[in-house]
Amino acid sequence: MRGRVRFAIAALGFGYAFLYLPLALVMIYSFNESRLVTVWSGFSTKWWSALLANEAMLSAAWLSIRIAVVSASTAAILGLAAGYALARAPAFPGRALFGGMVIAPMVMPEVVMGISMLLLFVGVDRMFGGPARGFLTIAIAHTTFAIAFVAIVVQARLADFDRSLEEAAMDLGATPWATFRTITLPLIAPAIGAGWLLAFTLSLDDLILTQFVAGAQSQTLPMRVYSSVRLGVDPQINVLATIIVVVAAGALIVSGWLTQRR
Amino acid sequence: MRAVIALPLVWLGIFFLLPFVLVLAIALGTNAPDSVPPVALGLSFANFKLLFTDDLYLAAWLISLRIAATSTLVALLLGYPMAYAIARAAPARRPLLLMLVVLPFWTSVLIRIYAWMGLLARNGLLDQFLRWTGLAENPGTIIGTEWAIHLGIVYAYLPFMVLPLYATLEKLDTGLLEAAADLGARPLAAFLTVTLPLSLPGIVAGCLLVFIPSVGEFVIPDLLGGTETLMIGKVLWDEFFTNGDWPLASAVAICLLVLLLGPLALFQRQQARSLERRR
Repeated sequence: MRGRVRFAIAALGFGYAFLYLPLALVMIYSFNESRLVTVWSGFSTKWWSALLANEAMLSAAWLSIRIAVVSASTAAILGLAAGYALARAPAFPGRALFGGMVIAPMVMPEVVMGISMLLLFVGVDRMFGGPARGFLTIAIAHTTFAIAFVAIVVQARLADFDRSLEEAAMDLGATPWATFRTITLPLIAPAIGAGWLLAFTLSLDDLILTQFVAGAQSQTLPMRVYSSVRLGVDPQINVLATIIVVVAAGALIVSGWLTQRR
Repeated sequence: MRAVIALPLVWLGIFFLLPFVLVLAIALGTNAPDSVPPVALGLSFANFKLLFTDDLYLAAWLISLRIAATSTLVALLLGYPMAYAIARAAPARRPLLLMLVVLPFWTSVLIRIYAWMGLLARNGLLDQFLRWTGLAENPGTIIGTEWAIHLGIVYAYLPFMVLPLYATLEKLDTGLLEAAADLGARPLAAFLTVTLPLSLPGIVAGCLLVFIPSVGEFVIPDLLGGTETLMIGKVLWDEFFTNGDWPLASAVAICLLVLLLGPLALFQRQQARSLERRR
């Protein structure tokens, strides 16, 4: 028994150290005086002020946030419908295909989705003369990719709770729509909220899909980060990393609170 | 209910399924650098032939499959003990432990790979640490090697391995283990004959969640790998963005999709089954 506890502590200790040590170092070095990210030369907040004065980075962040709000909201609606259909719809022809199509974007290599969506937008543009690549095409791409994640959260929540509540409402004469609105929706609302948050952060982080469908005018935050990181380590990116980790932790705590609540 | 199914079905049909038809059409065309977009439609299999006869592309396929497979195995060996330990922890502690596994996934992949760039760089923190401990006088650079790519993939995808493993291990009936112990099975024997087989669905789901996307991974080989390790996702990217060869890039996408169709179908079946069991 003793050995088992020690094994558990060792496994978790090693795993968490592996996951968090690199991030912790990046965060610590955001307060480094030196431009070199590998040499500690004293505490300084100058890279923080440099990032906060970096117009290009800030406008990219603002664009990313607006895209993330739009795509997360659309994905929440579509993911809710998909998750509900997967958990509650009686067997229908093509159900396996439907399930596969909902889940596939979650694991599909992003370069494959990226090129396919770009070709679609180019084709639509040639046929109908629009829309131009930019905000709208990025938001559509992010939505398509995020539906899977919302659907899985919603589906898991629906599989967990007692179906008899819905059945009771129906027996008492409620229409399916009224049952959904007054019973199901309030019960799964936290899951939808958690799914929205996940879709939001996924959209905020996405580089590959965005790079394909963005067009020449739009520069999102990950695109800026990528072009800067390719040239080597940059203390301003450390600052950004610190902010992202803190925001992600906040979002995750809210999401955890939403899904744990009964 | 029809409308509920139709809404996501139509969206995914238009934006996910339909584009693959276009990709196939473009892949059968030829590169036409002077037109916009740079494609001459046609019915030529030259691009596909090139992908499977040219040594460079063949090597890229093999390297991608090999790196994805070994990284998946390492992630399993690292993730299984973690998932097991979390599933056996006190119930009140589990949500926090699980959240700590998920948190890195909520931060940006780009940022997490960037973190390793600083660690693995020449004279980076790992080099300095190794020299300080005296473990290695002149450590070779890790960045730019296959080691770094493996490390990056395991690091980026570890949460995807731990979550499904935890989900099956948590539901495991501990009574079965007690029964095995009562019948005289040693802990290791009980683990091998009871726990391991029963957690197989989690192992399969976790491995597929890591393996499928990492075959076509781009960011990690691009930022951590060297020029000599060419993974197929990077080939697609370079053909598209650097060489502007849309038909060849499309052919890579089609091949990658066909290659992953089997694992994808397996993953979908696993998901559907685990849902059936929960109902």
